Amino acid sequence: MFKFILRRLLLLIPILLGLSFLLFVWVRALPGGPATALLGERATPERIAEVNRLYGFDQPVLEQYLRYLSRIIRFDFGQSITLRRDVTEEMLRRFPATIELSAAAMVFAVGVGVPLGFVAAKRERTWVDNGAVIASLVGVSVPVFFLAQILKMVFAERLGWLPSIGRLEPVRELQAHTNFNLIDSLIEFDRGAFVDTVKHLLLPGLALGTIPLAIIARITRASVMEVLNEDYVRTARAKGMSRRVVNRRHVLRNALLPIVTVVGLQTGLLLSGAVLTERVFAWGGIGGLIGGAVLDKDYPVIQGGVMFIAVVFVLVNLVVDVLYAVIDPRIRVH
Amino acid sequence: MATVQEHLQSLMGARAVESTGSSLGREAFRRLRANRIAVIGASIMLFFVVVAILAPWLAPHDPRVNTWFDQIRPASIPGPSGDHWFGLDESGRDELSRIIFGARSSLVIGIVSLAIGAVFGLLLGVLAGGLGGRIDALIMRVTDVLLAVPSLLLALSVAAVMGQSRTAVMVAVAVPNVPLFARLLRSSMLAERQKDYVSAAVSVGIPRRRLVLGHILPNSVGPMIVQGTLALATAVIDAAALSFLGLGSADPTVPEWGRMLANAQKYTNVAPHLAIFPGVVIMITALGFNLFGEALREALDPKLRR
Repeated sequence: MFKFILRRLLLLIPILLGLSFLLFVWVRALPGGPATALLGERATPERIAEVNRLYGFDQPVLEQYLRYLSRIIRFDFGQSITLRRDVTEEMLRRFPATIELSAAAMVFAVGVGVPLGFVAAKRERTWVDNGAVIASLVGVSVPVFFLAQILKMVFAERLGWLPSIGRLEPVRELQAHTNFNLIDSLIEFDRGAFVDTVKHLLLPGLALGTIPLAIIARITRASVMEVLNEDYVRTARAKGMSRRVVNRRHVLRNALLPIVTVVGLQTGLLLSGAVLTERVFAWGGIGGLIGGAVLDKDYPVIQGGVMFIAVVFVLVNLVVDVLYAVIDPRIRVH
Repeated sequence: MATVQEHLQSLMGARAVESTGSSLGREAFRRLRANRIAVIGASIMLFFVVVAILAPWLAPHDPRVNTWFDQIRPASIPGPSGDHWFGLDESGRDELSRIIFGARSSLVIGIVSLAIGAVFGLLLGVLAGGLGGRIDALIMRVTDVLLAVPSLLLALSVAAVMGQSRTAVMVAVAVPNVPLFARLLRSSMLAERQKDYVSAAVSVGIPRRRLVLGHILPNSVGPMIVQGTLALATAVIDAAALSFLGLGSADPTVPEWGRMLANAQKYTNVAPHLAIFPGVVIMITALGFNLFGEALREALDPKLRR
């Protein structure tokens, strides 16, 4: 197991190297090169020359790449152009906010999606099942930024039940220990801040979690339906096991594998969705940072953000593979 | 498989080999027509395509002209009315006409990005699945790298470099499709290679290139058709997402659903219709492709054949 994890971690190196190479080449492959891209419409020959000198774009390409690579290896993505701050530092500072939001979304997606899929499978071809199938198909077709906007419009702006932007009310001060507001408010024994954080989490979490919920419900339904037809389920029932024990010990346990796979894959969707959701709710996480960087042409942030998220994505999938072995002892990782 | 048959026929005489016909395609079509979900999905797709093509004739007003600018105040943007079914937008343009023309952008971006993604994916997939060995390994490592980044973020990093333009969005939406198509095609080609007709073709001495391109490839593209339909749904949503973030066409008068939605954010209190209509339209379009894609998957799945 340890060897497996180590090998998978080592696999990150070629992936990151390849990704950095692709991003590097892509910026330079375009007509006009990086200086034009950076300056946009303000590009004049003098300014292009100035930028080229400033960022070292006038050096030989190989030299540029090696210099770039040596910085990437030290996780140094340079300075953000608009924020004038170190990209890596900024991302690490904001990362807890994104994890908090993604975790809330995932809890919602799994907490509702798995039972929904389970119930739908048990009542195949009833209105419950049909409703769940239709809801999940509609769910995967909703653009996350539209859903976020509608939720914000209805529950925050119209009804005023929940806050519309940010992670905390501006008047509230919370000592930052971990930058996870939920944990920080517990450390500080600040009940008001905790409740406030939860309130702020609800709408973005709901928006971000809905699409994964739809997909998880669908996979759960399919997977449970398959298991329900297995001989061992019939045997377990035939020998007089209670419905609950059969469901938990035989059906759910065996149906869990595809569900875990899909949950792992959904992290990718969550991280992309965060870019849009955080934008709508002015959430101070990585997603909003990347989303904002697009318009400002802040390449250090975009490149750093993409690499950062690729690392997170690969690590989550590693955790999923390890979980396989825990859930299903038949699978040997090697 | 016609050529294998010809070969076998020339070897063994015509009566030895009887054609079974391409019943999978015909049966799939029959099953699609009987499937209510497929019919609904296909109708939505057809409606969307027709609206996009006939936009200049269907749109009640010019989507670029803000004739009714005098009716617009920051505090009041007229909602749906008899003359403007979907209301006016923040600069006094007819919202319905903008949505109808927006279908054009979406359709063009969807089709072009799908074509780019499919062509490059096909190329890489055929090379990997057909040649194997080192080339296969190299191509698979490249797809590993591309798949390590969530698709929208990959698209975003591609488009951000190219700046605001429709081409940028098309290329950006296409790039994440390339590794998907390449992998899919490669794996179905590998599965196909194990089949008896391939051994038969090899034994009668069909050259490798013809074997791969003429026999294995045509039998392996089924899953790609399904993936293509589903990719169109993603393309509509991802293109809208990019234009929501400010990428997309550099010309602000070109109606794009994503940008309309982004602009609507400033007016959610006075004019909720500006957010609701484009959002619902994106959703229904994506739903159409998703419904049809899922139904197609079921129809083509040999396991479900009865």
